[in-house]
Amino acid sequence: MDGIERIRGMSGLERETTARVSIVGSDLGDRAYSVITTAFAICIPLLLIAIAIEIGRAAWPALHQFGFGFLTSSEWDVPAGKYGAAPAIFGTIVSSFIALVIATPLALGVAIFLSEFAPRWLQQPVAFLVDLLAAIPSVVYGLWGIFVMIPLLREDVVPFLRDTLHLGATPFFAGPAYGPSMLAAGIILAIMALPYISAVSREVLRAVPRSQREAALALGATRWEVIRDAVIPNARSGIIGGIILGLGRALGETMAVTMVIGNRAEISSSLLAPGYTMASLIANEFSEATSDLHLSALMAVGAVLFVITIIVNAIARWLVWSVSVRNEA
Amino acid sequence: MTTGVMPRSTRLNRAKRRGVSGMMVALTYLAAALATLPLLFIVIHIVKLGAGAISVDLFTKMPQPVGEAGGGMANAISGTLILIGIAAAVGVPVGIGAGLYLAEHKRTPLANTVRFLSDVLNGIPSIVMGIFAWQLLVRPVGHFSALSGGVALGAMIIPLVTRTTEEMIRIVPNSLREAALALGYQRWRTSLSVILRTAMPGIVTGALVAIARIAGETAPLLFTAFGNQFWSTSLRQPIAALPLQIFTYAISPYDEWHSLAWAGALVLIGIVLIISIAARFATRSRFGAAVD
Repeated sequence: MDGIERIRGMSGLERETTARVSIVGSDLGDRAYSVITTAFAICIPLLLIAIAIEIGRAAWPALHQFGFGFLTSSEWDVPAGKYGAAPAIFGTIVSSFIALVIATPLALGVAIFLSEFAPRWLQQPVAFLVDLLAAIPSVVYGLWGIFVMIPLLREDVVPFLRDTLHLGATPFFAGPAYGPSMLAAGIILAIMALPYISAVSREVLRAVPRSQREAALALGATRWEVIRDAVIPNARSGIIGGIILGLGRALGETMAVTMVIGNRAEISSSLLAPGYTMASLIANEFSEATSDLHLSALMAVGAVLFVITIIVNAIARWLVWSVSVRNEA
Repeated sequence: MTTGVMPRSTRLNRAKRRGVSGMMVALTYLAAALATLPLLFIVIHIVKLGAGAISVDLFTKMPQPVGEAGGGMANAISGTLILIGIAAAVGVPVGIGAGLYLAEHKRTPLANTVRFLSDVLNGIPSIVMGIFAWQLLVRPVGHFSALSGGVALGAMIIPLVTRTTEEMIRIVPNSLREAALALGYQRWRTSLSVILRTAMPGIVTGALVAIARIAGETAPLLFTAFGNQFWSTSLRQPIAALPLQIFTYAISPYDEWHSLAWAGALVLIGIVLIISIAARFATRSRFGAAVD
């Protein structure tokens, strides 16, 4: 009975072949094929579970010893054997926040430009150049950051911010500016997150039906009002998804940040002070970690990063997915 | 338009709205210009600073100790190619298999779960992948190895290959499947020798794009491949890699190492570019086949 129900839902040819197969008996090759592809598919959940278990095992000694205080203590003192991840968590949040503040308007601007205003001959080259930003290896960004961006920041940008814009009086731009800093990390991250945000935004903007734009134009809206009132509201959660996806990239970015952030476990209100992110802390101290506890503390930082990025990505995917489902319906 | 009969305030209002609109459009042009600037900047610097240090020695000689002139990155370049090879051998078959499953089981609970988790896997930071491979493959044996580095990179390409395989199989016309079934092919032969074969150029493109993306990864290699001053092709020994070498040279205090780092960056970008161009060619042949 069950088999007949299944066959009813199929297309003509599929029905006939299935009927033939089920008369002959299930083909061995078909069964093997189905088992093998299913096994490959199951590899993905298994891999994620394995990652969670292995990282949990590596992090356990430190998490067990410090408990919840591991997240809130700001004391990362290797010789004293005290490990608190708060400075790294703080640095990760601040540098990613700077990155989003810089990258979001730019990425949205590019996405709107490409989906609405760009002349046809400009669309492909601009999209290609922005996408190419995602293809440059992280370590190359770091190299460029050390030798080009940091000197530029130190000699031109910071004096401009402090003296011309008089931001030196605020706590955010106070203190000595050596070069490697939270600000440098934020800017590098902004460049690296930009292609991800712009690619997703471009897609969701294109997914908004043409009729929405035409309706707004027919009501006398200007070109900008069409975007603001008809296009963006339809694409909003997808755009937010893209921004969160960019955030996910920025949170876990390692090499470029390690090379420009200065690597110091302190919480400072000044963006010009050196700092740490979770990823750069692990990368920077792994090779010099000699005690088991130090190693485990680094792995525990990795575990925290793992959990945070999983949550952030799950939210982003869900938002992007909800837009595509709504526009299909 | 009917501006003549409108009250003055409406006309002013319209002028203002037009002004705002023009300004916002101009701002998106500005954003596009600003967003393409960093790329041009970076590429110009790499070519300018890297090209001067490129020589035959770079590809054929081993690294020299500080202070000694010359020296190359032959071991790092070969190491990177070996790591890419292991990653492809680990990641591509799993990705294609999982992609086949997803394309043939569109809405089953397992397919939905796998699709979602594959996206989640794609978002896991590369350094976390490194920790995973270290704990799994380095710690138990007590030494770093090329194999562990390749596995870390391979795990990173699985979600990318899965996604493109699924998409490429989806666009194969259903009539092809039905024709094969009508000729009496079994389902598995239909899937492998008709559907997968038709979709193959697109899948190859996707796999190459994924490989190009992990070719420059550094963070996972810190815990796994680790780097090696000497020539090594053994999978069980630590192995040098171009990104690791660039990192070491970049943070060193020596000028000659800095210029080697730029040269290395140019070579690395060259490798990524060659793989990406190969990917484009694979796609082109698909369109060629479609026209025939």
